[in-house]
Amino acid sequence: MNFILIAVIVLGTIGLIAAIVLFAASKKFAVYEDPRIAQVGELLPGANCGGCGFPGCSGMADALVKGADAGSLDGLMCPVGGAETMGKVADLLGMAIANTEPMVAVVRCNGTCEHRAKIAEYAGLRTCAAMHACGAGETACGFGCLGCGDCVAACQFGAISINPATGIPEVDDEKCTSCGACVKACPRNIIELRKKGPKNRRVFVSCVNKDKGPAAMKACAVSCIGCGKCEKECPFGAITVENNLAYIDHQKCRLCRKCVAVCPKKAIVAVNFPVSKASTTSMSSTTSSSSETSETSERKEEQA
Amino acid sequence: MKIKTFSMGGIHPEENKLTHEVPTIVAELPKQAIFPLSQHIGAPAKPVVAKGDKVKVGTLIAEAGGFVSAPIFSSVSGTVFKIDTAIDATGYRKPVIIINVEGDEWEESIDRSNKLELVENHPDLTPEEIVNRIKNAGVVGMGGACFPTFIKLTPPPTAKAECVIINAVECEPYITADYRLMMERSDEILVGLELLMMGAKVTKGYIGIETNKPAAIELLTEKCAKKFSGTKYQVEVVPLKQRYPQGGEKQLVDAVIQRQVPAPPAIPVNVGAIVQNVGTAFAVYEAVMKNKPLFERYTTVTGKKLTNPGNFQVRMGTPMKNLIDACGGMPEGDNKLLAGGPMMGKALTSTEVPICKGTNSVTIISDDEARRKEPQPCIRCAKCVGVCPMGLEPYLLAKLSEVKNWERAESEDITSCIECGSCHYTCPAYRPLLDNIRLGKATVMGIIRSRAAKK
Repeated sequence: MNFILIAVIVLGTIGLIAAIVLFAASKKFAVYEDPRIAQVGELLPGANCGGCGFPGCSGMADALVKGADAGSLDGLMCPVGGAETMGKVADLLGMAIANTEPMVAVVRCNGTCEHRAKIAEYAGLRTCAAMHACGAGETACGFGCLGCGDCVAACQFGAISINPATGIPEVDDEKCTSCGACVKACPRNIIELRKKGPKNRRVFVSCVNKDKGPAAMKACAVSCIGCGKCEKECPFGAITVENNLAYIDHQKCRLCRKCVAVCPKKAIVAVNFPVSKASTTSMSSTTSSSSETSETSERKEEQA
Repeated sequence: MKIKTFSMGGIHPEENKLTHEVPTIVAELPKQAIFPLSQHIGAPAKPVVAKGDKVKVGTLIAEAGGFVSAPIFSSVSGTVFKIDTAIDATGYRKPVIIINVEGDEWEESIDRSNKLELVENHPDLTPEEIVNRIKNAGVVGMGGACFPTFIKLTPPPTAKAECVIINAVECEPYITADYRLMMERSDEILVGLELLMMGAKVTKGYIGIETNKPAAIELLTEKCAKKFSGTKYQVEVVPLKQRYPQGGEKQLVDAVIQRQVPAPPAIPVNVGAIVQNVGTAFAVYEAVMKNKPLFERYTTVTGKKLTNPGNFQVRMGTPMKNLIDACGGMPEGDNKLLAGGPMMGKALTSTEVPICKGTNSVTIISDDEARRKEPQPCIRCAKCVGVCPMGLEPYLLAKLSEVKNWERAESEDITSCIECGSCHYTCPAYRPLLDNIRLGKATVMGIIRSRAAKK
C-alpha cells in the first residue's frame, strides 16, 4: 500500500511543479497573435498566388490587419478575390476600402503569323525567356510575342492559352483573376493589367514595338509606328506617344474609339463592343487581312 | 615530354579549319559602314559626331561612356549619314552611327608604313604611357569577349600581375584568323607582347598555341629566341594539346602555368596572370607604335558550303553580307549564320550585321548540321559532368534553372559557368543544357547584383 501512496505523492508533486512552471512560462513568454489575422485569412481565397505582392494569403492577412491598425487599407488588394472579398475583409476589420475596379490581363501584341513574317527558325529551348535571350526571335520584331507560352505556364487559373491559329496568347476574361503572374513571366513586358471595362469593353494599343516607323512597319503589318494620329484625335488626352509607341491610359480612356478609326496601322484594338457600331472597323480589318492572305496564297501559287 | 593542357573536362570537336592555308586578303571598303555604340563589355560609347559631319579613317566618332567602356573610331572616310538603330550581333536593334563612305582618306597622325617599329627606338615609353595609349585607341579583347584591354593591364591593388599569357590557342572549330595573323604578322605580335609586358610591369611572358598549328609554334619559337634572348624578358612558347575550351581564360591559365582561378568574382590576375589574345597584342602594337586606333581586324569567313572561304583584313563596320559575297555568296538552302565559331558563336537573323571589334569569324553552317536534334530524356550518363571544364554539374544546373530553384543554383556555382557549350555538345540525349544554364546564370547574376545594390 505504502509503495503506491509514495508513488502517487511523488508523481503528483512533480506534476504539480511542472504545471506551475509551464503555466508561468506560457504567461511570461506568450506571443500575442491577433485573432483577426486568422479570421481574415479564412476570408481570402487561399490560392497563395502572390498576386497581392505578399508571400501567400497568410502574408496578405497579416498585412491587412496591420494596415487596419495603421488606419488604412490603401494599396492592399487581393486581385483574385476582387472587390467582393475585399469588402468582406473591410467589414470584418471595420474599415472602408476604395472601390477598386476589376482588372484583367491584356496581351498587347497582334503579330500573328499572317501579320508578321517569319524570317528565321529557332531551334533552341522553347521558352520565351530563352528565345528572348538569344535574339529577336523568329520574326523581325524585337518587341513582340515569342509565342512559347511562358505566360501560359505561369497562370495558375488556366485563364491564358496560346491560340494555335495565331500563335498569340489569349486571355479568358472570366477566368483571369488579374494576379499579374503572366505580366511577370513575359520577358518582353507585353502583358499588362488593364481595367476590365464595362461589359468587358476595352480599347488598347495592341503593340509594344518601340522601333522607329520604318523599322516597325517592316517587321509587322499591325505595328504601332508612333505617328501620333491617335494622340491628336483623343478628346480626353488619354493617349501619349513615347519612344515611337502610343499608349492609352486606361484610367482616362472613355472608350469612344475615335483612335481606333484613325490608326493607319490598325494597331489600336477595341474588344467586346457590339457588332452594329464597331462593325465598320472590325469588319474592314478582317476583310482586309483575309484578302491579304488570299493575295499571298495566290502569289505563292503563281510562284509554284 | 607530355604536352600541357588544362586539368579538367574539355572536348575535341571536329576542327574544320578550312581556311588554315588561305592567305589573308584585304576586304573591299563597304559603301556604308555601321558602327554599333556597344561593341565592348561595359557602358555603350557616346557619339561625338552629328549627322552630316565629315570623318576620316581613324577619326574618333564615339567616346567611352564610363570607366568600363571604350571609344570607337571610324574605319572609313566619308559623311555621317545618321545616328540611328540597326540590328547588331545581339539580334536586337541598338544605337549605331552610320557613315556613307567617300574615298579613303586617313588621319595624318596614323603611321601607315609597313616598317616594324621596335620598342628600343622609343626609350621615352613608360608603362603609364603605354596603358594610356591603349585606352585612348579603344583597344578591347579581340578574342570575342571585348573587355577593355587597359583595365586588364591595371589590376586591382589586391592582385599582383606576374606574367602575360598570349592566347593563341584558337580552340574553336573553323576559325583561323588568329593563326593567319601569327603567320603573317609575327614580328608585330612580339612587339605587342613586349608592350603588354611593359604596361603590366612584368618580365615573364607565355604564348599558348595548340599543337594543330605546328608552323606557328615553330615560327614564334624561333622569333622569340631571336628577339628576347639577352633581354630582361623571358618569353616562352607553350605548345598545348588540342582541347576545347582551351582558349577560355581560366583554362589557359591552368594549362600554361598550372594555377586554378577561383570562382567569380576572381579573375586570372588574382593568380598572377594577364591573358591577352594574339589579335589584341597586334592591336596594341598598332595603337602604341603606329598611333592607329582599333578599327580594323582579322576575320575568318567560313563554312563547308561556301565556295571560297577565306581570311580577311577588314574595316570594322563592314556588313557581313559584303564578306559573304566576297566568298561566293550565301549557299543555297537553309543556313545558320554565326558571329563567331560554331561553339560560342551567336546566331544571327540578318546579314546586314556589321563586323565589330569582337567578330573573329563569320561562320555559316548549312542544312542538317545547322539543325538541333529532338531532345530526349536525360539518362544520367554524366557525360556532361565529365566534360565540364569548370567542374560543374551541368545536368543539375539545367534542371535547377528549369524549376527556377535559384538559391540552389547559386550554391551550385552556376555563375562559374563559362558558357562554352561542352555539355550541350556531348549530351547523347541532345538536351538543351546550355540554354537552361544560361538563363539560370543570367537570373542568378541579376539576383546577386540586386542583393549587392541593396547593401
